[in-house]
Amino acid sequence: MKQKKAASKAWPEKWHEINPGCMVFIPGNASTYHTGSWRAQRPEWDNKKCIKCGLCYIFCPEGCISEDAEGFFKANLDYCKGCGICAHECWPGAIKMFEEVE
Amino acid sequence: MGKRVGMEVAIAASEAVALCNIDVAAVYPITPQSHMAEHLADIIHDGRIDAEFITVESEHSSISACAGASATGARVYTATSSQGLMYMHEILPIVSAMRLPVVMGNANRAVSGPLNIWNDHTDIMPQRDSGWICMFAENGQEVVDMTIQSFKIAEHPDVMLPIVLNIDGFQLTHMIEPLEFPTQKEVNKFLPPRKPFASLHPDNPISMGCFNTPDIYAETMKAKDTALHNSKKTIVKIWKEWGKQFGRTYKPVETYRAKGADTLILTMGSMGETASIAVDELRKKGAAVGLVRLRLWRPFPLDELRAAIKGCKTLIVMDRAISFGGAGGPVGTEIKSLLYHDKGRPRIVDFIMGLGGRDVTVNDFIAMVERAKKKKDETYEYYGVRE
Amino acid sequence: MSTVQNFEIYVPKLLDKREFFSAGHRACQGCGEVLALRLIMKALGDDVVISNATGCMEIISSAYPQTAWEVPYIHVAFENAGAVGSGVEAALKALRRKGRIADRYVKSVAIAGDGGTVDIGLQALSGAMERGHDMVFFCLDNEAYMNTGIQRSSATPFMAATTTSPAGKAIKGQRTGKKNVPEIMVAHNVPYVATACPSYPIDLVNKVKKAKEVKGPAYVHVFSMCPTGWRSASEQTIKLGRLVVETGIFPLYEVENGKYRMTMEIPKKLRPVEDYLKLQGRFRHLNADDIEKVQALVNKEWRKLMNKVACMKPW
Repeated sequence: MKQKKAASKAWPEKWHEINPGCMVFIPGNASTYHTGSWRAQRPEWDNKKCIKCGLCYIFCPEGCISEDAEGFFKANLDYCKGCGICAHECWPGAIKMFEEVE
Repeated sequence: MGKRVGMEVAIAASEAVALCNIDVAAVYPITPQSHMAEHLADIIHDGRIDAEFITVESEHSSISACAGASATGARVYTATSSQGLMYMHEILPIVSAMRLPVVMGNANRAVSGPLNIWNDHTDIMPQRDSGWICMFAENGQEVVDMTIQSFKIAEHPDVMLPIVLNIDGFQLTHMIEPLEFPTQKEVNKFLPPRKPFASLHPDNPISMGCFNTPDIYAETMKAKDTALHNSKKTIVKIWKEWGKQFGRTYKPVETYRAKGADTLILTMGSMGETASIAVDELRKKGAAVGLVRLRLWRPFPLDELRAAIKGCKTLIVMDRAISFGGAGGPVGTEIKSLLYHDKGRPRIVDFIMGLGGRDVTVNDFIAMVERAKKKKDETYEYYGVRE
Repeated sequence: MSTVQNFEIYVPKLLDKREFFSAGHRACQGCGEVLALRLIMKALGDDVVISNATGCMEIISSAYPQTAWEVPYIHVAFENAGAVGSGVEAALKALRRKGRIADRYVKSVAIAGDGGTVDIGLQALSGAMERGHDMVFFCLDNEAYMNTGIQRSSATPFMAATTTSPAGKAIKGQRTGKKNVPEIMVAHNVPYVATACPSYPIDLVNKVKKAKEVKGPAYVHVFSMCPTGWRSASEQTIKLGRLVVETGIFPLYEVENGKYRMTMEIPKKLRPVEDYLKLQGRFRHLNADDIEKVQALVNKEWRKLMNKVACMKPW
């Protein structure tokens, strides 16, 4: 299977470069597609208010919020679509949404 | 080689499947396939083979379950007929596009409406473009042999495509014929357990059935078409291998007394047996008539057909289906189009006959040869319909 | 209520940190369905094979040559997730028994949207459950055919406006109430049936784990909030999931061997349905009388469920 992985092109150009049956051999390779460009608003954390409950992490539809070494949370802006769920659900009010400016 | 036994062909088909050590069968009963389903259930429920028998609630689910099981790496079998095949229609091109080996026995039967449970080829012809390897058996022995061969072909790493083996409903499925079964040891030698190219298991997570944007769909289609065309090489190779091991040879296009014939009859499936008797009768009377049997329908064996009909003046195509409002029967139409550019190609006479279980006798074949002589144009014609 | 809330707040950290559905998927902003899927996958772990029906989750996750799936995944068509899943299950069983794959227990999991479950996929689902395959079927119910542009399904709630049940002058949206497929699954004598909602993540995760542990068929109907199709604000996704439960419109319960049990604390008095309806554009056309009709329907269904909870004994 390793050989197949090496042989399968990330983006096939020609018909003979397509994997048999359009199988994808690299699990989760959709992560190379960055959905952060969809975003109009960006979440920002105020760690002074954060109680490290992790609700933002759990309710993120993208699964792009992670915990840092100190137990605080941050979003990976490569993927964050700016839905605002984390800010809305953060009951201590530690997360605020800010407009993205060009 | 095992001994010769007398057996109903539908039951023999299931016995052949049992010899192939299948892992999963998903079958929904339908006349005239039902003896195949019943006997396969008997075999599995008696523990004669170690396999899962999924008693699906429809043919749509039987082909879907086969897709899932094949993707998981199992050797899978299903059987159906007519309406059941039509119900599977949606899934057939997906199975081939996903390159999933599945072997299906199809007991050919007319398609409704009106409802008719008897034999013709109107069920398989609408599946022509689904990307499956499509073969026709002429007699019980061929059903046994081709069933076993089909697994080897379908699962071959250079093929990885589903196969439908056509077995004429009643005319063939319900015949009791003297048959020779290979022994289990011989089959094991010919057909080792399946080694899938890729399969669904968490040890190696892969994704199957990913969708295509307009960016890539056309490339995928060409890849699929090429795979089906290329499969012919492997099919012929495996048939040769079978011939070496079992002494019965199989070719994409078979001929009978075709040498020097100026008129050739072309049949698919069980009709070839009757037609060969007609050929004998006509030869006795001095007519230079021969028979061509198309065993492989997809991929279409064009080169082999060309070689088989070389020098003949009239090719009479026996079509057991009709493309309504079109240019004729599917086989006649296709052969006409394939030979269009050939210099000195024969005149092609396309008869639509034997629909919905209507008998086609030796005398009918002789009458069609007579009729073809008189026929001036190459338009299709119904034979045997009361005017 | 406060104790329950506090409990829920601190347990998220106990969840599996691994993600089996990768970021980079193309779901809409604030999609409740993909959140449900993400949590389901966390609860299932990696010893699964997923059979997915055509629909939102399939389209957003698997545009060749990319996949968001970290576990083995197959998509065949719209209406056959149940059948494909049963084929996978049969093959895993046979191949493991015959020593052709690793001797490892792997669960077959089928996932479909409401269309692929309650409408076009109902037959394949019914067959799979009736035959007793060792598999879990998840319905991710966003209450309409969202993937094709918000057309009504039989899971669309009473009076909701969709593109094929529009809020017209003569007919005000969906004419019938939601088809109760969990009940149909209970009638199949399936050992485990549950309803869940990603706004209650721990409840959802527990049910998924329970369903996975069942040796035999299990069915989990997951309410999946859809800001795009419901014309609601993306940040209110989780809130809507809470309101649908608090109003009794989508009660959270499980049926284990025929025994009904409410899994969230049952309030003495349900919140009025209006609290839930008013946040969504699909119910914007409803006047006070209409809301009363919806309330009456919800009350009736709630009483029916409460009777079952009170009376049904396990098998």
